Amino acid sequence: METAAGSRKILVAIKRVVDANVRIRVKPDGSGVVLDGVKLSINPFDSIAIEEALRIKESGRADEVVIATIGPADCQATLRNALAMGAQRALHVVADAALEPLSVARVFLKLIEREQPFLVILGKQAIDDDNNQTGQMLAALWNRPQATFASKLELGDKTVKVTREVDAGLETLEVDLPAVITTDLRLNEPRFVKLPEIMKAKTKPLASIPLAELGVGGTPRVKTIKTEPPPGRQRGIMVKDANELFTELSKRGLV
Amino acid sequence: MSKVLVIAEHAGGRLNTSTAKSVKAATTLAGAEIVVAVFSTPGSPVAALAAKLGGVTRVIEVTHAANEHALAATLAPQVAEIATGFSHVFAPSTTFGKDLMPRVAALLDAPQISDIMAIESATRFRRPIYAGNAIITVEVAAGTVIIGTIRTASFEAVADSGSAPVESRSASAALPAHTRFVGLASAGSDRPDLQSATRVISGGRALASSDAFKIIYSLADKIGAAVGASRAAVDAGYVPSDMQVGQTGKIIAPELYIAIGISGAIQHLTGIKDARTIVAINKDSEAPIFEVADIGIVGDLFTIVPELEKLIDASRK
Repeated sequence: METAAGSRKILVAIKRVVDANVRIRVKPDGSGVVLDGVKLSINPFDSIAIEEALRIKESGRADEVVIATIGPADCQATLRNALAMGAQRALHVVADAALEPLSVARVFLKLIEREQPFLVILGKQAIDDDNNQTGQMLAALWNRPQATFASKLELGDKTVKVTREVDAGLETLEVDLPAVITTDLRLNEPRFVKLPEIMKAKTKPLASIPLAELGVGGTPRVKTIKTEPPPGRQRGIMVKDANELFTELSKRGLV
Repeated sequence: MSKVLVIAEHAGGRLNTSTAKSVKAATTLAGAEIVVAVFSTPGSPVAALAAKLGGVTRVIEVTHAANEHALAATLAPQVAEIATGFSHVFAPSTTFGKDLMPRVAALLDAPQISDIMAIESATRFRRPIYAGNAIITVEVAAGTVIIGTIRTASFEAVADSGSAPVESRSASAALPAHTRFVGLASAGSDRPDLQSATRVISGGRALASSDAFKIIYSLADKIGAAVGASRAAVDAGYVPSDMQVGQTGKIIAPELYIAIGISGAIQHLTGIKDARTIVAINKDSEAPIFEVADIGIVGDLFTIVPELEKLIDASRK
């Protein structure tokens, strides 16, 4: 893989997940959730990551947006969607079994070593396993700054100022580049892909890299032994006006 | 035997309740020795506060000028340095713990279990996936320290019943200078904190303006409640994002939750399903919020909310 000297690249790491609009069902035998035939899409936080990278490139502050994912052969369709949004190139690390977040971070570190990006952007979490780990782990392994849950980026030459959505409000950090950013919902609104872009994306470069080539492996250390539906809440009562509501709340000692 | 290191979350010289809840989670591990680590600046009162938490055996206080703000890149090497010998390292699953712990896990080459809602054994945990639409039980292989973030809505805070000894250390790990705190913009209200309040009132899109939230604040102040909002209300700009309740905002477990003009998207319901009593006020009788509400009322919030406030006023005279 060639890297043009001085080229400013952004690497965006994405994951294919069950579409956010699919209502999840747990298999009756507790072995997992039903995945057969369900719609799969780019993790919504990752679409935000792609959008942010594209906006930086379109403003002239990056030369190339490279998308990377890990997954089975048919993940290529997910990468084509990302290319259709406007990214220049994609890297597909081919792996059939799911990897743990720390292994995922190790894979992306290998890609960072090859590509030498000045910025790596990921979604803050995948909406399937909700782990919220990979970006932070990647920053640690790379020994670089992290700015998680970003809602605003102000890119300078050697630093980036990031506004983060934290429990106490909006925190602003300044970090040196290169750095890892993870996106929160309010960072941007991802663009819709237009048909001509989908056609164009078919000829954009997409490299397949066997997982074994990266030398990241090891046996998984966390095993899921049971999957259950969440406990339901009992349906309550309906009251007809503020008087009845007040009476009911008083009765339960709540006001 | 389990040795659990709990990383304290604190700000402004005060311990966040999430710390006492994480200690509570650690106490559910049979026979665990619980040590709380406080990373603070010299002279901070926080270690003494942590020493009072019930069930804590010892407090390790690590002071450093760089600990003025809780930056993951600065804290992670300090946590990794003192984690030796512990079987588990826990922190609350707040934005503090979510930011910090994976960085610690990577430094320790350890697996992390996020959002622990129940501890079944030293190696077996329950946690939500798919925004709480499924709960998994996971087993961690032997021979590794386990990093965990604790879902604070699943555990009650331990009482201030202890008096553990405090051991002071100074950080010797090399701390990076590549990450700098610039500022924190906080809504800074006098109302109770959303995550520890026993009563919470939230407003949704139906409020239709920032100004209309006045009726929510007014009712909240009457009953000593914290005020939250749905994602729709935050996205519409009616209130700041730190008020958002839900999967991508704050996950809360108050005694009383009143959802006003909130339809009840899955991501919102995920954030409130541990509330003891849920009250829903909405003009749409088909709104999904009514499926989880203990008490529901279909009607105009702009009529019902002021009426309810008047009734509460009258009852106190």
